[in-house]
Amino acid sequence: MTYATVPDTHPPAPRGWYKRNQIAVTPFLFLAPAILFFAVYVIIPIGQSFWISLHEWDGLGEATWVGTANYERLLGIGEQNMDRKFETSFWNNIKWLILYLLAIPAGLFIALFLNQTVRGIRVYKSLFFFPFVISQVVVGLVFSWFYLPREGLLNALIGLFGFGPVNILGDPSLATYGIIAAGLWPQTAYCMILYLTGLNAVDPEQVEAARLDGAKGWRMLWYVILPQLKPATFIAFVVTIIGALRSFDLISVMTNGGPFGSTRVLSFYMFEESLSEFGFRMGYGAAIAVILFFIMLAFIIYFLWSMYQDERGGR
Amino acid sequence: MFPTPIEKRPRSAQLSYQAFLPLALILWLLPLIAVANFSIKPEADFVNGNYWGMPSSFEMFSNYGRVFFESNMPRYLLNSLFITVPTVIGAVALSAMAGFALGVYRFKGNLFIFFMFIAGNFVPFQILMVPVRDLTIDLNLYDTKTGLILFHIAFQTGFCTLFMRNFIRALPFPLIEAARVEGVAEWRIFWYVVLPLMKPALAALAVLIFTFIWNDYFWAVVLTQGPGAQPVTAGITEFNSQFRAAYHLMSAGSIVAALPPVAMFFLMQKHFIAGLTLGAVK
Repeated sequence: MTYATVPDTHPPAPRGWYKRNQIAVTPFLFLAPAILFFAVYVIIPIGQSFWISLHEWDGLGEATWVGTANYERLLGIGEQNMDRKFETSFWNNIKWLILYLLAIPAGLFIALFLNQTVRGIRVYKSLFFFPFVISQVVVGLVFSWFYLPREGLLNALIGLFGFGPVNILGDPSLATYGIIAAGLWPQTAYCMILYLTGLNAVDPEQVEAARLDGAKGWRMLWYVILPQLKPATFIAFVVTIIGALRSFDLISVMTNGGPFGSTRVLSFYMFEESLSEFGFRMGYGAAIAVILFFIMLAFIIYFLWSMYQDERGGR
Repeated sequence: MFPTPIEKRPRSAQLSYQAFLPLALILWLLPLIAVANFSIKPEADFVNGNYWGMPSSFEMFSNYGRVFFESNMPRYLLNSLFITVPTVIGAVALSAMAGFALGVYRFKGNLFIFFMFIAGNFVPFQILMVPVRDLTIDLNLYDTKTGLILFHIAFQTGFCTLFMRNFIRALPFPLIEAARVEGVAEWRIFWYVVLPLMKPALAALAVLIFTFIWNDYFWAVVLTQGPGAQPVTAGITEFNSQFRAAYHLMSAGSIVAALPPVAMFFLMQKHFIAGLTLGAVK
């Protein structure tokens, strides 16, 4: 009996495991370095900070487990009072959050002002924007000189209107506002550029149609333009909130937390506790950082949720 | 266009707009103009109380010369450069790969990993500070440029990956499929098909990251000390204590420290703004 042999349709050499699973494996090979770096320097440290915040630790010797004692001391749970410095820092953070948001309408205002096509407007736009590119350290220095009681230009200007000199950064009730104003300068520039880009993409037909219907000025802005600027507003909101909670450079450069600790915010207070010359209190610092993290987390979840909605809508 | 184009307005409105424009700009940049003015004044002006007027003589060269020849400023500037450039290369490379993986392939956990990168990017620095400082000390990299670079690469990868992934998503997918049908290996698709299309994104990110890293202050203070490794943002504090109350020199120093990202911005404006405003338009 003879059997007809089935011709061998397989390729001569068996393909390697990688070749067969290429599409499944490649993304992980490409992701590996980024994930490794990100995990080591960002993800794992978040967990470690939680752990450290439950200890008392000077950064060198052995850490002692203290449970939630750091948090109790910060928030004043039980017998003790709330940490006064923490309280000041927290309320300053709230001031930063609220006042920093002014950058969004201010940026929109300047963008509307500059959204014209006269000669040289491009140069104006870049010159209005470029404070954003300057490092916050230099912005801080520039503004602290601007505010100087004797040499500063600000006092010279308000002197023209007959007001006496004010020492903004030396006055505990004004210093924080002075720093926030300095921070608003680059932040407004950023929001402006976002809105300029957004305005560029506004649908001209809708604007014309609204004009024919008699819409103009504020009503046009509110009902026709702003809805189309929603993506720009979202990004402006995200970067402004993050900027407000990250405020550190300006405070460190302009007042170093003073006068009398009145300009501290959580991020600065945390740094001071952990690495100050009075000794390293890493555990206490980490506890402050954890609280700051939770404030941020509320916003992060909102941002991610919005982005997730977008992702699903986009598919 | 909104607001109504100025050309459609009366002539008087046009003229007042054009007159107001430079005025508004001067007002906006006033603090900076004051510092620029400080930086070219002679010391005598500060003694005589001529703070805001015209300089009595232009001392630009001597002031800036002293910044460059009588202080550690050149060292700090070089440190900044040697920190910034490797970070840009590292972060862009890592995120181009990660963005490719997340943008092209469908697999379980894709969105989760993507969102992890975004979330990490929003985290306040302070929660990373103590562990990262410890890690850097353990690796024997405290007060070295390498220590700073490694951290910066890792942290910037979050933002860059978000950027790259969204950019790759917008590329024409049939191109990749066509290459697959041809039997091109996946890494070759990345290298020969996707990467050339990503040039605008690579340029935009490089400029942005350059600016972010050059301007970083917090990590410079946490991970370095002294002129051996500190970048210019941190070094300027030492510079300012060297020239305490010599406002003409401190201003000149600040301008020098701020200049490289500003130059980068004006040279690469298109890419810079494209990068910053990504997502501002649907």
